[in-house]
Amino acid sequence: MKARPPTLTKFRDVQAELARSGAALFRDPDGVESLVVRYPYAIEYIHSYAEDSPFFLGLAEGRLRGSRCTKSGCGCVYATPRSHCMECGSPTEWVDLPKAGKLHSWTTCHFGSEAFLKETPYNLALVEFDGVNSLLLVRLKDARESDLYVGMPVEARFDPNPKYAVTDIWFVPK
Amino acid sequence: MVTGGVTKFAKAHPAMDFRLMVKRAYDYAVKGIPNLTKDRIDGTRISYFSDHFSRQLKAASMVQDYLGLNPKGSVRIEWGGATGGECFQAAYEAVASGRMDVCLAAGYETMSRVATWKGNEFIALASDTNFDFPLGGFYTGYYALMVVRHIYEYLRLTRFAHVQDEREAQRLAIQEGSRIMSMVSVKNHRNALHNPYAQYPKRLTVQDVLNSEMISYPLTREQICTMSDGAAVAFLCSESVAREFTDRPVLVKGVGCGTDTMRLADRPFGKVPLMPNESARDYAHLPYPGVHSFRAGRAAGLEAYRMAGITDPNRELDFIELHDAYASSEIQTYEDLGLCRYGEGYGFVERGDPFLRGIDYGFPTPHAGAIPVNPSGGLIACGHPVGATGLMQGVFAFWQLQGTVPQHFGDPALQLKDPKRGAIHSHAGTGSSVTVSILERGFR
Ligand SMILES: [Zn+2]
Repeated sequence: MKARPPTLTKFRDVQAELARSGAALFRDPDGVESLVVRYPYAIEYIHSYAEDSPFFLGLAEGRLRGSRCTKSGCGCVYATPRSHCMECGSPTEWVDLPKAGKLHSWTTCHFGSEAFLKETPYNLALVEFDGVNSLLLVRLKDARESDLYVGMPVEARFDPNPKYAVTDIWFVPK
Repeated sequence: MVTGGVTKFAKAHPAMDFRLMVKRAYDYAVKGIPNLTKDRIDGTRISYFSDHFSRQLKAASMVQDYLGLNPKGSVRIEWGGATGGECFQAAYEAVASGRMDVCLAAGYETMSRVATWKGNEFIALASDTNFDFPLGGFYTGYYALMVVRHIYEYLRLTRFAHVQDEREAQRLAIQEGSRIMSMVSVKNHRNALHNPYAQYPKRLTVQDVLNSEMISYPLTREQICTMSDGAAVAFLCSESVAREFTDRPVLVKGVGCGTDTMRLADRPFGKVPLMPNESARDYAHLPYPGVHSFRAGRAAGLEAYRMAGITDPNRELDFIELHDAYASSEIQTYEDLGLCRYGEGYGFVERGDPFLRGIDYGFPTPHAGAIPVNPSGGLIACGHPVGATGLMQGVFAFWQLQGTVPQHFGDPALQLKDPKRGAIHSHAGTGSSVTVSILERGFR
């Protein structure tokens, strides 16, 4: 029977020890010892896209759909859909957006959240479309950091094997 | 406000859980005020950002009972990155409404309990999980998107307007913006050398900052705050009882809060809400806020200034502790808060206005002392244990106004000379919510 796990003085070593054996004693510079253990946590959600569902179904069919306010005199068009208008509160209707636009802004992520670390580096871009009041956040592929600039023409690509996620669409330089 | 306390912010405090951290900050705050006993506290407001970090829901109840404050009233406050600032204002409201005479605002975060990149994931879950997060949800990426546009609006179209080739003009503008953002990083890390509570005090050069690891272009590691463990508390009291606890109270003169769309992509392109000293002509062709500016910060500033009777913040504030999670957002915030006009943020840094007088940053700062920003070192150098951060700013501002920085820091270098009025500014995810509170010296 092992009574005490190994004592470590570097916190990053603790993490490695947890992966190995599930427990470690961390001793800080004042000599205080703390017992640190592994504590996993996983959840699977039953996630509904609810009123945004037609957007994701559209991507699967190779369609990029936004929302247009139905109130005459307002008519705001949103590239990222919303079922009610942010300006006037009226219901919106689905409209097909152009499949090409321009970079409003962009970045290349060299690090990311744990879920996306293995995909780095990747480009994020906000795309603007003619006649549309708001932007769409997308991945921009087939382009290097040094190619990109505000105003660059880009066009949409769709995943032929849709996963029903916003990643079913991405943009490439036009 | 009559007293406050802060734990040293650190990468990890494995020997303290969140309850003990808050207790340490609490004990520091009440030390030397014998009549600020538990029975004088009417209730509490307790803040932490994410349940994920400690895997303990309703953790604020555990703080309340560890401090032995049951059955007094308490509410947990959460508002993303602005959690601490909201907690400060919630305590203010509890007192200002007459509900309480003494309210404790306490906040903490223990971010070391998960690996750094998992922590980034938890933070990114505070972006739209249908449309933003699955693309590679990463807050540094979002702020990079904002600053690339800010640089386009305010450097490409001005200083580099003469450059014909579009790619080249934007490349030069980003280079210029990166150099100036690095000056902000140098300032905050350098100031923090005199702040014993800070997590990453250091002497850096602009080149060091530029050479540090690229995280999300153009933001480098030294331009970004880190994950921290830490706690902070502030005691807010009605004016009628404040002098029972201290002869050097600080008045909360104004509070403001603003919001904006959760998704960056939804930010409108409208008109600038004007500061009293600005005119619509200044911004005739500026689509606002777009993704380049924080409308929530402007709204929070306007509300707080109106309440405090401030019409020219640059002249009427002596310092600001603001939410510099990124060096870029510090520059964007100067403009939101009216320290300079929109578009002048970069020049404001180059002139030296937000720097401290008497500190050598390694480059000229001719206007140093004009309006010191983040004299404590800010989030970039102090760390950002989310639920504590806004309260930490409150405590540092309180000590500045009391003139007690030398005593609390054990170092006089960061004490401003006779400051009368300061502001604290707390900011959540891509500027989706922001608070501004105005603090003023409450004694002669
Ligand atoms: Zn409408």
